[in-house]
Amino acid sequence: MRFLRCGDVGVLVELAALEDVLSLHADLEARPVRGLVDLVPALETLLVKFDPGVTTPEQVCQDIKARSPERTQRRTGEVLTVPVRYDGEDLAAVSSLLGISVAETVRRHTSQVWTVAFAGFSPGFGYLVGDAGGLEVSRRASPRTRVPAGAVALAGEFTGVYPRESPGGWRIVGHTALKAWDLHRDPPALLTPGTRVCFASVDSVA
Amino acid sequence: MLHAGPMATIQDLGRPGLARIGVGASGAADRGSLKLANRLVGNPEDAAAVEITVGDFSASPTGDLLMAVTGAPVPIWVDDRPEGCNAVLRVRAGQTLRVGIASAGVRSYLAVRGGIAVPPVLGSRSTDTMAHLGPAVLEDGVRLPVGAPPTTYPTVDQAVTRGPTDARLRVIMGPRDDWFTAASRRALVTEPWTATAVGDRIGMRLAGPVLERVVSRELSSEGVVRGALQVPPGGHPTLMLADHPVTGGYPVIAVVVDADIDRAANIRPGDTLFFEETRKQVLT
Repeated sequence: MRFLRCGDVGVLVELAALEDVLSLHADLEARPVRGLVDLVPALETLLVKFDPGVTTPEQVCQDIKARSPERTQRRTGEVLTVPVRYDGEDLAAVSSLLGISVAETVRRHTSQVWTVAFAGFSPGFGYLVGDAGGLEVSRRASPRTRVPAGAVALAGEFTGVYPRESPGGWRIVGHTALKAWDLHRDPPALLTPGTRVCFASVDSVA
Repeated sequence: MLHAGPMATIQDLGRPGLARIGVGASGAADRGSLKLANRLVGNPEDAAAVEITVGDFSASPTGDLLMAVTGAPVPIWVDDRPEGCNAVLRVRAGQTLRVGIASAGVRSYLAVRGGIAVPPVLGSRSTDTMAHLGPAVLEDGVRLPVGAPPTTYPTVDQAVTRGPTDARLRVIMGPRDDWFTAASRRALVTEPWTATAVGDRIGMRLAGPVLERVVSRELSSEGVVRGALQVPPGGHPTLMLADHPVTGGYPVIAVVVDADIDRAANIRPGDTLFFEETRKQVLT
């Protein structure tokens, strides 16, 4: 664990692995340190934002070092199933980039458990990491100006579901009817850090 | 509301604490001026007000209201009567409050007693221009609801504020200052910087020396804070403001201290600014 300063309102905690990030995130959510304002998990870091009027970076680091959250044991809890129609505009391109068939691409996407590592890009957009990998592709050279809500896409080592219509550079492999973002639901985001997901191929998402 | 000018939004103190669902804090770009405007009219400090960009705004209430304008100094009239900034203004039904062009700074705040009572979204009435959350950016002719007056009353008629903003911002180096050459780290806090026209509530691009990296690999996305100086491959830093994204993929060389961010939000395109290092420390 390494602590880096983020001005006088944050400490960036570098951790060894995503599992450690998710464990510390869960621990700090359950037992917040004094002055905590927000927690921003990422792949290898957890940004701890605090109120500089209440605490100091030194105090926050001490408080965090004083606890040793157990690594969340290989979660066995619920896995959210996301039904996907694999009809994405980039599915063929993804398959040829990976040098495998379309069927094998779909098999790799549906046969592993994905974990939401962090949120970003837009409200409700979760970055999911697979436990078996094998689907690493670059972003599109030119992003699309319009990607529909529900597009299931790949970029780098991540997969994600577009929560709302937006521009986007990820490669679209399919579509889901599941709403990743719904302001009338509590919580509005479905794919929050730590959530485990598996994708299931369906003929129709209507 | 009659005229929105170049850009006007509704802002309160934002929606902090929602990074887990990918939502940033947003809120007033100059929080101190929002709080002052609210205090002047007896509101709680976090009531929603109108954030006016470089002035040029007018509104006419349908009922008698107490108002106050703070932040970037602007000429003010109630009908044809000149009024002042940082003062309690009594505007009667049918009168028109006009805000002229700001003589310095960028953002002014118009608070009304009772607050702007548009429906909150995720606990805040702020417009997040990047996440597209909250009320729409204000347009000419839109009607704004005003909330019930608070039980507290204004205690002063006029507030004393600091004059023209000082363009010297204190920074704390890091978290990724070690990704940059020693010469670039030094240049950041010794050379003058110019605010470019590429700037909005999300961030402000700065022109100056090119900040060169010693670490060339890609940074995996990590959380960013308001005030972060993020450096994309071109080497020109962007200063993150109120509507900045929750995470960013470029290294942050330094972060402006919280107390100086209100001033940072009032730097105009073309203005020269300096960064001053306050404390060089990496906690281990």
